[in-house]
Amino acid sequence: MISFKELKQNLKKEYSSLPTRKVALLGDVATQFLAVSLKGMGYERNYNIDLFEAEFNQVERQVMDPTSDLHEFEADYTVVFQSTHKLLEKYSHTSPLDQIGLADERLDFIRMMCNTVKGRIIYYNYPEIEDTVFGSYANKVESSFVFQLRKLNYELMKIAQENANFFICDIAGLQNKFGRNVGFNSHIYISTEMVLSLDILPYVASRTLDIICALEGKFKKCLILDLDNTTWGGIVGDDGWENIQVGHGLGIGKAFTEFQQWVKNLKNRGIIIAVCSKNDEDKARAPFEKNPEMVLKIEDIAVFVANWNNKADNIRFIQSILNIGFDSMVFLDDNPFERNIVRENVPEVTVPELPEDPGEYLEYLYSLNLFETASYSNADAERTAQYQVESKRVSLMQSFTNEADFLKSLNMVSEVKGFDSFNTVRVAQLSQRSNQFNLRTVRYTEAEIEALENNDQYVNFSFTLADKFGDHGLICVIILKKLDASTLFVDTWFMSCRVLKRGMEDFTLSTIVNYAKEHGFQRIIGEYLPTAKNNMVADHFPKLGFSTIEGSEPLQFELEVGDHADREFYIENK
Amino acid sequence: MEQTEILAKVQDIFRDVLDNEDIVLTPQTTADDVEDWDSLSHIQLIVAIEKAFKIKFTSKEILSWSNVSEMTESIAGKL
Repeated sequence: MISFKELKQNLKKEYSSLPTRKVALLGDVATQFLAVSLKGMGYERNYNIDLFEAEFNQVERQVMDPTSDLHEFEADYTVVFQSTHKLLEKYSHTSPLDQIGLADERLDFIRMMCNTVKGRIIYYNYPEIEDTVFGSYANKVESSFVFQLRKLNYELMKIAQENANFFICDIAGLQNKFGRNVGFNSHIYISTEMVLSLDILPYVASRTLDIICALEGKFKKCLILDLDNTTWGGIVGDDGWENIQVGHGLGIGKAFTEFQQWVKNLKNRGIIIAVCSKNDEDKARAPFEKNPEMVLKIEDIAVFVANWNNKADNIRFIQSILNIGFDSMVFLDDNPFERNIVRENVPEVTVPELPEDPGEYLEYLYSLNLFETASYSNADAERTAQYQVESKRVSLMQSFTNEADFLKSLNMVSEVKGFDSFNTVRVAQLSQRSNQFNLRTVRYTEAEIEALENNDQYVNFSFTLADKFGDHGLICVIILKKLDASTLFVDTWFMSCRVLKRGMEDFTLSTIVNYAKEHGFQRIIGEYLPTAKNNMVADHFPKLGFSTIEGSEPLQFELEVGDHADREFYIENK
Repeated sequence: MEQTEILAKVQDIFRDVLDNEDIVLTPQTTADDVEDWDSLSHIQLIVAIEKAFKIKFTSKEILSWSNVSEMTESIAGKL
């Protein structure tokens, strides 16, 4: 971890050109060093932290007074640090009869704060001070300080669940990791009223910025694993799948078992797991498929790359399948040489400096907090399956030299139908979200889609697409307006980018033309309304054989139905 | 360790912590003589000196020094 001294030096650097985030800092102890650390860590994460530091011990006043400097400042993030020290002081000033209400009183204030403070609140929870007034018996005494403190930390989590803009920065967790003797320095406290040591400050600032970055959309999505001596002990190519070190019992195997359990928990949370190993592929796969001690199974791995190419290229390949930023990837490898190759060639990828001893992997990884997140839903957990399907498709495509043969081999099937009660929600959702492949970017709500179902001036089509690897569901929508008895206008044409380059556009046009022919329409008019994001389809209609209507503004295109001949496509109508 | 040796080591720590290679300490130097040596950087210096010499000051000592020689004497007394 970077030192406090280096964070302080960052303040002298040029960071005014970085994106600015307004952060307010409220503390009931002195916060000068914390302020320096937050600004310095902001620089490390490429933010210019515009910091408002409230005067010492003004948390309540700043929050409750609507005309205070805090409210004036309009922070994006308000960091609130109410210390355990001050809480203990308050407890000591409270009459013994009222001490039982200490946690509730503080919680009331925090709930009120959630309603008053605009922007997001990052609240530091309470590292424990065990005052030993009751000893361990404090756990039986509700009015003890230890009992109140633990209750407070527990109830804070409930407030966080109930308030979308309230985030806890788990500095109690940091103290669990590093110990109170590291986290608190009595010299600093005695001479400055600050309760965080110089050694812990960079970690506290880092955990705070982790939350801000996650909320700003910068977070890790994928963990790429080396295999030999990273995921298991030993070399599978030399030792064989049955002799690698993994599994409980005496020895180093349990370190790898527990490492794999951690990876599995990440996968279950929605982190994509990929493998990048220098091995023959069949040998690398064997432990996943045959060794009963392996916690990770082949179905946990979204993309499996085992070959003798260099790892930087393999990571680029993994990126091309997942289509996520390199800066959202973490690569773990025990070999310093491989780590450096990846750092030099793909510098955006995070490459932790794993300790030499596998027994220390986990505690080291815990300390990095690599996978901070700003949201969680059950859908996150299903991601692996989707990427596995995409990975199979890409590896099949590589085995064909000719695109048509590849498309044929996919056995694609599309179900075409109008709007109905089953697909209204998805049609409306796609209409809100499609930006790139969207010709006119007209947004429809569910109610408007329902209205279209019953309006005979409009013809609607929805398309699904499935292939031998999996089902994409509903991926394309067409809304045609009958301009007159012979002319159809393409009011809406949007498609999910997941199904680009499958011939879906030709299949869709064929569907429209067939409808026109069957119902006596002779002309189809298309229109392109440019937006910041839909440049991809600027030439959509000309590519499909439409001719440009000279002088039209916005640009319009027409197709004589009689002149149209289908281009070849390999999608069956279900 | 001789007082002069201690002074040289302390001077290195000052230069490092205050990020200023021009700092020269004498036994008579006080906080007023060194740019950026304020109550906040003082605590950074204390923590760095404790680590470098592997010693622990008492809180009373930290608050009592009036110049560099009193500081180096405290250090010498603990080595």
